[in-house]
Amino acid sequence: MSSIADPIAGSPVAEAKAEAKVAAAAPAITLPATGERELRLDLFRGLALWLIFIDHLPTNLLTWLTIRNYGFSDATEIFIFISGYTAAFVYGRAMLEGGFVIATARILRRVWQIYVAHVFLFTIFLAEISYVATSFENPLYSEEMGIMDFLKQPDVTIVQALLLRFRPVNMDVLPLYIVLMLFLPLILWLMKWKPDVTLGLSVLLYALTWQFDLYLSAYPNGFWAFNPFAWQLLFVFGAWCALGGARRMSRILSSNITMWICIVYLVAAFFVTLTWYVPQLGHIMPKVIEQWMYPINKTDLDVLRFAHFLALAALTVRFLPRDWPGLKSRWLRPLILCGQHSLEIFCLGVFLAFAGHFVLAEVSGGAALHALISVCGILIMCGMAWIISWYKHSADKGASKKGADGNADLAGGGA
Amino acid sequence: MKSARTMLGLMLLAATLAAAPARAGDTPEPAPPAPPCDVPAYLLTSESSLPKVTDAVKANQPLNVLVVGSRSSTIPGNEASAYPATLQAALKEAFPAATIDLSVELQAKSTAEETAGALVKLVEAKKPTLVIWQTGTVDAMRAIDPDDFRTAINEGVVALRGAGADVVLVNLQYSPRTETMISAPPYLDNIKVVAQQHDVPLFDRFAIMKQWSDAGYFDLFSTAHGVDLAKKVHACLGRALAKFVIDAAHLGPVQQN
Repeated sequence: MSSIADPIAGSPVAEAKAEAKVAAAAPAITLPATGERELRLDLFRGLALWLIFIDHLPTNLLTWLTIRNYGFSDATEIFIFISGYTAAFVYGRAMLEGGFVIATARILRRVWQIYVAHVFLFTIFLAEISYVATSFENPLYSEEMGIMDFLKQPDVTIVQALLLRFRPVNMDVLPLYIVLMLFLPLILWLMKWKPDVTLGLSVLLYALTWQFDLYLSAYPNGFWAFNPFAWQLLFVFGAWCALGGARRMSRILSSNITMWICIVYLVAAFFVTLTWYVPQLGHIMPKVIEQWMYPINKTDLDVLRFAHFLALAALTVRFLPRDWPGLKSRWLRPLILCGQHSLEIFCLGVFLAFAGHFVLAEVSGGAALHALISVCGILIMCGMAWIISWYKHSADKGASKKGADGNADLAGGGA
Repeated sequence: MKSARTMLGLMLLAATLAAAPARAGDTPEPAPPAPPCDVPAYLLTSESSLPKVTDAVKANQPLNVLVVGSRSSTIPGNEASAYPATLQAALKEAFPAATIDLSVELQAKSTAEETAGALVKLVEAKKPTLVIWQTGTVDAMRAIDPDDFRTAINEGVVALRGAGADVVLVNLQYSPRTETMISAPPYLDNIKVVAQQHDVPLFDRFAIMKQWSDAGYFDLFSTAHGVDLAKKVHACLGRALAKFVIDAAHLGPVQQN
């Protein structure tokens, strides 16, 4: 089991430069000293991966298990927060021990891996839609098929995809993650100086985004579906928690007032969500509240969504202690394994969602087939996670000693 | 062999999960088989009203309907089978005494913003009692900023109302095949918001078609259909839209002929 206590300076580059930089590391931030892996993070990241996969498939029975049906936030929030947390945890340590340059170098290597993964997924996506474009002739959807027009200009499309500007639906998370990771060195460097100021700057950027409508444009037109200027808040908040913020908040987290505020908010959110799915209830909602609240903007991480995630997280931390024995149980093992290899499993999930669409399109099937595809997908994800961890711990054992890459899977940062 | 047992457990879990829907599918429905393209009542009612339509029909004046939409408001080469035509037929059936004029204005590749700009001229030319504005598809395909999209519909609705017409909004089609390529939810949400703000009846074409797909009336996933499926779906859409208009105009009793 690779643990965060693995020696960071395991790589030769790190060793060479470490000495020079170590002195510069002023411990304005604190990292937990223990080498114990935080299984709760893996558990919930694994859960987020499963939910993202299910949400990417056409609606089916399992969709009702995903949290977006019971409140404002969804798996993406969990995922980005945990990614920020783990990334800060791993690379924050690298920055304290190895210095800015070492940490940056390692982060950039990680960014490269995620980028390659994204490009890989894009080629699969291209294959899928090229197939759909050539095989689908339905007059009912002649308008919607116009979306394939970009295939007429593969040169432009592919270059734009490499620039992260052409991003098909369901492929938005990795580009967001790439951008967030690119700024991680800066975030960590600021955090090392003053964590609270860093968080404050992040909140400020978030507020400016809403005030001045900042966004990144996409190709051929439109904008990034997850606005990095807004979503950075969750990522930085995760990093801030990892670097001591969570501990400093522990009194707030354990207060009963916090608990009740969270519960009331979650219940209220649940009832609002209920009116979306049971439209007969729609008239109960006061119009004033509806007009104030809608639309709940996912692109810019609506405050309601962020608050919903905070409430969920606060209750989770309160009621699921870090040493909960269930975390070691074999029933949760598949989830935790998926969470530990998040980049690979995320990509697999996106691929399986494409494949699922393909199967559903070719084989006309009812609700049973839809649900079966979801379950099979999750089983494949678990199987793959198990194989990857077997590679890491058995097959590769002789080949490479645990070192820098021993950490990569925690930092797996989880796309 | 801990992991082997884990896998076994997972497989059992999967089997139970897979069996559950299968059972649900097997149980015979208690109600007699529903007629094709039945729509749940809540999708065909609206809290908003269409006062101009109500007045026109009650005063026996001609009902002048204008459908403004993109390509999904027609079937290429089969315009007479597209939903505007079936809507007109269904309205005639419901109000045999009334004159129902219907014209279709296709803005094939226009976003809501582009269409909204042209609306006033259209309304001035045709003086409709009711404008049925189908929108959202082009915006979703071009990934227009949902805020801009909302502003455009907002302006369009205000302009139409100002020109003295009732408005019904129609949202996107449910298109499972292109779900991985076109992100519909932001546009569906924003149309809904405008409809709520201005008290405009919203014909939820997306939810209705999804309902038909889920219920198995139509296989919207399949590639193997010619123009037949499109005709059937449009016939159903037109009838449902007629019911919706009649309900929103509070002309209910007439409808149950």
